[in-house]
Amino acid sequence: MEFLKELWLYLKTRKRYWLIPLIFLLLAMAVLIVATSSSALAPIIYTLF
Amino acid sequence: MKTAILGISAFYHDSAACLLIDGEIIAAAQEERFSRKKNDASFPKSAIQYVLSEGGIVYEDLTAISFYDKPLLKFERLMENYHSFVPRGISGFLNSVPVWIKEKLFMRKFLRGHLDEFGKKKIQLLFPEHHLSHAASAFYPSPFEEAAILTVDGVGEWATTTICHGKFNQITVLRQLDYPHSLGLLYASFTYYLGFKVNSGEYKVMGLAPYGDPQSEQTRAFKDKILQELMDIREDGSILLNMDYFDFATSTRMTNNKKCETLFGIPPREPESSISQSHMNLALAIQQVTELCMISLATTAQKMTGCKNLVMAGGVALNCVANSKIADTGLFEEIWIQPASGDAGGAVGSAYAAFHIWNKAPRMISYPDAMKAAFLGPEYGEKEILKIIRKYGMVFNYYADFNELCAVIAQKMTEGKVVGWFQDRMEFGPRALGNRSILADPRNPEMQKILNLKIKFREGFRPFAPAVLAEDLSEYFEKGSASPYMLFIDTLRQKWKSSEPSCESERRAENRLQKTGSFFPAVTHLDNSARIQTVDRNLHPKFWRLITEFKKITGCGMIINTSFNVRGEPIVCNPADACEGFLGTEMDFLVMGNYVFDKSAQEKLQSATHHKKGFKPD
Repeated sequence: MEFLKELWLYLKTRKRYWLIPLIFLLLAMAVLIVATSSSALAPIIYTLF
Repeated sequence: MKTAILGISAFYHDSAACLLIDGEIIAAAQEERFSRKKNDASFPKSAIQYVLSEGGIVYEDLTAISFYDKPLLKFERLMENYHSFVPRGISGFLNSVPVWIKEKLFMRKFLRGHLDEFGKKKIQLLFPEHHLSHAASAFYPSPFEEAAILTVDGVGEWATTTICHGKFNQITVLRQLDYPHSLGLLYASFTYYLGFKVNSGEYKVMGLAPYGDPQSEQTRAFKDKILQELMDIREDGSILLNMDYFDFATSTRMTNNKKCETLFGIPPREPESSISQSHMNLALAIQQVTELCMISLATTAQKMTGCKNLVMAGGVALNCVANSKIADTGLFEEIWIQPASGDAGGAVGSAYAAFHIWNKAPRMISYPDAMKAAFLGPEYGEKEILKIIRKYGMVFNYYADFNELCAVIAQKMTEGKVVGWFQDRMEFGPRALGNRSILADPRNPEMQKILNLKIKFREGFRPFAPAVLAEDLSEYFEKGSASPYMLFIDTLRQKWKSSEPSCESERRAENRLQKTGSFFPAVTHLDNSARIQTVDRNLHPKFWRLITEFKKITGCGMIINTSFNVRGEPIVCNPADACEGFLGTEMDFLVMGNYVFDKSAQEKLQSATHHKKGFKPD
């Protein structure tokens, strides 16, 4: 939460809203990579691609 | 209640910690000294442990912790950089993004994770900008109430150069030059092209430059090509780099070697290969261009602020030749430069910025400055020295009278002996200033070679710095301005110069590396310049005493002072490091406190293979 607040403050101050999708895409990818490292989700993700 | 600020620089290069209590620097140290990894960038755990213990406080006593840059702003710069050059730089993007997503983007959490080892209390975390940290490290410890501030380095978040105005406890940023247009990165690119390691080999380029031939057509052509093709210098000192010639924005290479080779007519030098006259000329050309830019920047800083004093920080402020050129212009009455101008000094600056800007504390001015002669690191007493003596079974002589010790050691130096000198608190910053030093006789024509090849195991061309008694400075050097941190050069007076190389064979590269034209060949370049350290009786009492004893015997009030380490190794920190350095090299004597160790008396000891341990060449 502290990070999100800080991120929003930064984006607002610097007017770098274009970074929002990029950061969330990268974070989503990171979550995906972490998630796929556990065996339960891996087969589902694998079939998706 | 005391205000205690912990400054941290970390995760890029040269991590360090600094403790400021009520505006006074209590301690500062680089992590590399404890971890023994040169330019260690990891979280400075040992350095923090040390500074807190030096301050006699625990983690919970801290008022705030200040990190030396703004991670989100740096992330923005990286993303915009990759976006500008896409699809070039994709491999760099793929390498750096996981690190950012995992750690650096969440710096607050990441830092708290590390700091949890010291205590669970949630202490205020602050993130001043990188160049503000540099500016603060230059202005707040300086002896000036008001000054123009110039910070120049590779890159922080966006800024590569700033001109600021410091007055009382305030710093105002007046002008800023943004990435990729960077004087620091330009110099680093030539460091790379000349076969040296970026972020540590820059001072080798500076050391190589005086061997370049200023009269040669090739040097002039190199300089013209740099100025016409590689960059555009504006009147105010700002530069625009022609990115066709540089690869640092998209890869781990600094230069576009193909294009640069076509332009300069010489290929990039392979690391550790022989150095030709062309390499020296190229080093001279980039050094001259750097000086030109620095003078323009200083001129602009003076015009914008109207100040009579200048303070500087950032990696480029370690270029003592450029610093001296600025001093020579007479633009400023006085110049003060942060001795730890690189990123390690960011720890000091961020702590100061937190104290004066965030905490709004008024400034106290110290004279000659607030850096305590840069002796801000750990000190080891007799107990630790005796422990090491027992561990290694070393034979020693103990001198109850320190003056007698100095007289004995000075005599040994006149006999051509090399001395490891370990006293009191360790220096903060890249220079050894007489507490962790290797010392020798500067009059000995063989000493440069002996020290470089047998003690330091480094390139033979690199000269050493003279440590001169402050009161004798004008006797030997033309300008005679104090330089307690080895950040300025000076030229030997005419009477100490011997004949200049005259014939062509003497001007040839290999001979130029061996020959200098002065009575102090180990500490002067071919042009008779030297990177001087002035030794003050009050600031450096023990070191001053030793040089004074040396002068009593020889009439010469200066000695060679080089850092106590071998190539690729951080400067020694504790008695164990010093003993290993002593036993693993051809050093003749080691002095720790009042203990003197003679190598010839240590015959029974199996010589340590310290220098072969695998320190990577820097």
